Amino acid sequence: MTTVTWFASPADASERLHEVGYLADPATSTTSYLAGALEKPLLVEGPAGVGKTELAKAVARATGAELVRLQCYEGLDEARALYEWNYKKQLLRIQASQARSSDGDETWDATHDDIFTEDFLLTRPLLSAIRREEPTVLLIDEVDKTDIEVEGLLLEVLSDFQVTIPELGTISSTRRPFVVLTSNASRELSEAVKRRCLYLHLDYPDAEREREIVASQVPDLDDRVTRQLVATISRLRELELKKAPSIAESVDWARTLVALEIGDLDDKAIADTLGVILKHRSDHDRAVKELKLR
Amino acid sequence: MTGGSRSGLVDRHIAFLEALRAAGLPVSLAEDLDAVAALTALDWTDRTQVKEGYAATLVKRQVQRPIFEALFDLYFPRLVGSGVAGLDRADAEGQAGADASPVRDNGAALAEFREQLALALEAGDEQRLQELAAEMVGRFGAMPGRGPGLSSWSAYTAMQRVAPSELVDRIVAALLGEGLTQEEAERGAGRRVGAFTQRVEADARRRIAEEKGADHVANVALRPSIDRLDFSAARRSDLEEMRREIYPLARRLATRLTKEHHARRRGPLDFRRTVRASMSTGGVPITTHHRPKRPHRTELVVLCDVSGSVASFAQFTLLLVFALRDQFQKVRAFTFIDHVHEVTHHFTPGADVADVMADLAASTAHAALWGRTNYGRALTKFVEEHPDAVGPKTSLLVLGDARSNYSDLHEGVLRELAGTARHAWWLNPEHRRHWGTGDSAATTYGEIVPMVECRNLTQLAEFVHDLAL
Repeated sequence: MTTVTWFASPADASERLHEVGYLADPATSTTSYLAGALEKPLLVEGPAGVGKTELAKAVARATGAELVRLQCYEGLDEARALYEWNYKKQLLRIQASQARSSDGDETWDATHDDIFTEDFLLTRPLLSAIRREEPTVLLIDEVDKTDIEVEGLLLEVLSDFQVTIPELGTISSTRRPFVVLTSNASRELSEAVKRRCLYLHLDYPDAEREREIVASQVPDLDDRVTRQLVATISRLRELELKKAPSIAESVDWARTLVALEIGDLDDKAIADTLGVILKHRSDHDRAVKELKLR
Repeated sequence: MTGGSRSGLVDRHIAFLEALRAAGLPVSLAEDLDAVAALTALDWTDRTQVKEGYAATLVKRQVQRPIFEALFDLYFPRLVGSGVAGLDRADAEGQAGADASPVRDNGAALAEFREQLALALEAGDEQRLQELAAEMVGRFGAMPGRGPGLSSWSAYTAMQRVAPSELVDRIVAALLGEGLTQEEAERGAGRRVGAFTQRVEADARRRIAEEKGADHVANVALRPSIDRLDFSAARRSDLEEMRREIYPLARRLATRLTKEHHARRRGPLDFRRTVRASMSTGGVPITTHHRPKRPHRTELVVLCDVSGSVASFAQFTLLLVFALRDQFQKVRAFTFIDHVHEVTHHFTPGADVADVMADLAASTAHAALWGRTNYGRALTKFVEEHPDAVGPKTSLLVLGDARSNYSDLHEGVLRELAGTARHAWWLNPEHRRHWGTGDSAATTYGEIVPMVECRNLTQLAEFVHDLAL
């Protein structure tokens, strides 16, 4: 097995992620480096919109690897996650061979061998990631949305990076992909999955880092307004809200302010655009009350 | 990693892991090996990297992170003793130790130190604050013992003497000078002083660990993680943190319940349809047909003791139950001290948690006539005033510590209620070993309705889950 070095050191990880526009804190860069160095999957948890998925994309960009993404949802099964036989094509193949020879029985063995080959295999994200020769980042997004059965499937893939297809045999990866699993913690993942992964909890960033992120994502926004925006957001996070605004919302808000050409984030401006960052009515009321907007 | 295995590093590593396990983190052998592999890949000279390496491989749940941080500080301390600054000072003063303490610790020294602290807090200089925290415990928090090995360190003494909270006004003034509003400045100042207090506490723990061994401190001085912290032992800040946990907890529970309801959706065998369907397969019942399962949802009546000793427990349970109201057919809530008051109307869908809490606190007055908990009277009043509340379809949930100030218990009323209801439970926030002690009527009531110990969020979540299933 060829070993790739994804990042040379935590500092290198931090620097290269920064180059592609992802500002990583020390924990993120250290853990990303370890995930590459130990070749272990990385489980990223945290509230929605703090950049979990973005981390995987940034690693792919920074290392020049290709991103293979498996979006999880309730009801996801092996056929969607791993592989599937293309049975329509197989049927056509059988019909074609029957048309050629009138006595189909004799060629059955040949046909049988024939229809379970690479040509008829539909590879799904997990298998594609394992079979790829080039550096690959495999993103398994929102893994908490799947059923327990899929977790069992992931166990085999994540620990050995191999898949057993009865008709073809076991396929092992030639080059281990960099695996990122993300979760919103809407349910506890099983201990078995967690044990195999490195764990990283992404949380809301501190004010200084958030300012850098907003500034790098929305360079058009005036520096003074950016500071006001970050201060307001961090104030909102201290309130007891159902859904506190995350980085994604900060960036959206910054874009909104640019689009509306608001040059000063005063109480009126905040009240007018509050809908961009708070998505619950009770949160809205609370924010208005606590920030004394009206 | 095999070379130098007796350098003490492995011992420390294993002691650290043992402490984590003792604190309730499920650290497996595989994770242990991962941690070692991670450490060999990392730079030992950078403490943050070592910490993150350990965290990534060992801590798989965010609620356990504070415990991990505290233990890591104990087993891999940031510095030893008073550090470089302390040593310099000790040299200058000649003999360090008990003789030097009057010189290092007097009114002038205190005033000077407070001045430095104020400057650092005004500037928000993290590095300097860390040094000052170490110095503060060293100079003002020392508790000389009667013999060698008996001296100790106290964050409390240090905080009382230096009293950083009195510096808040200065910090506010400084922050106002930076162009912040009054409100922002006050919050910022409060936060800085709070963070400094935590540093002082951590430094005291570190020093004690140095003298008595990290294992000793790990056993004594650490608080359990928020989901395992007793309601009765929670501080104000803990209660706020718990309140933030309620909605995520309710969401996780709801997901779990929906999944489990799905799994049990198949009802009993529909014999007629199965036989009818087997006609097409020559009388062999290849596929079985089932009756759809009746969605059965519990009607819930919650009766809460809201007297001072158990008020927070009652609030959490009510919040969690109402956050999960979709899982129940109907929920009604009553609070009592010695009188009963219905509070269902406070829980409107989408209501703000903080408002609900305030309303509940305000309505406590309605639940009391004399203000002394009286279970017997409350139960009688409940039956008198709300005879329609408990029916054969309802599940009755009584919350309280069953401490009734030696009054008449009226256990007959409870027996009657339990007989009418489909199910009845009693949740008691006290440890099982305290049941039946003093004025606790837990044993008496426990014989009538099953009594469940429910001391922390984890136990509460488990109970509510089983209730809704």
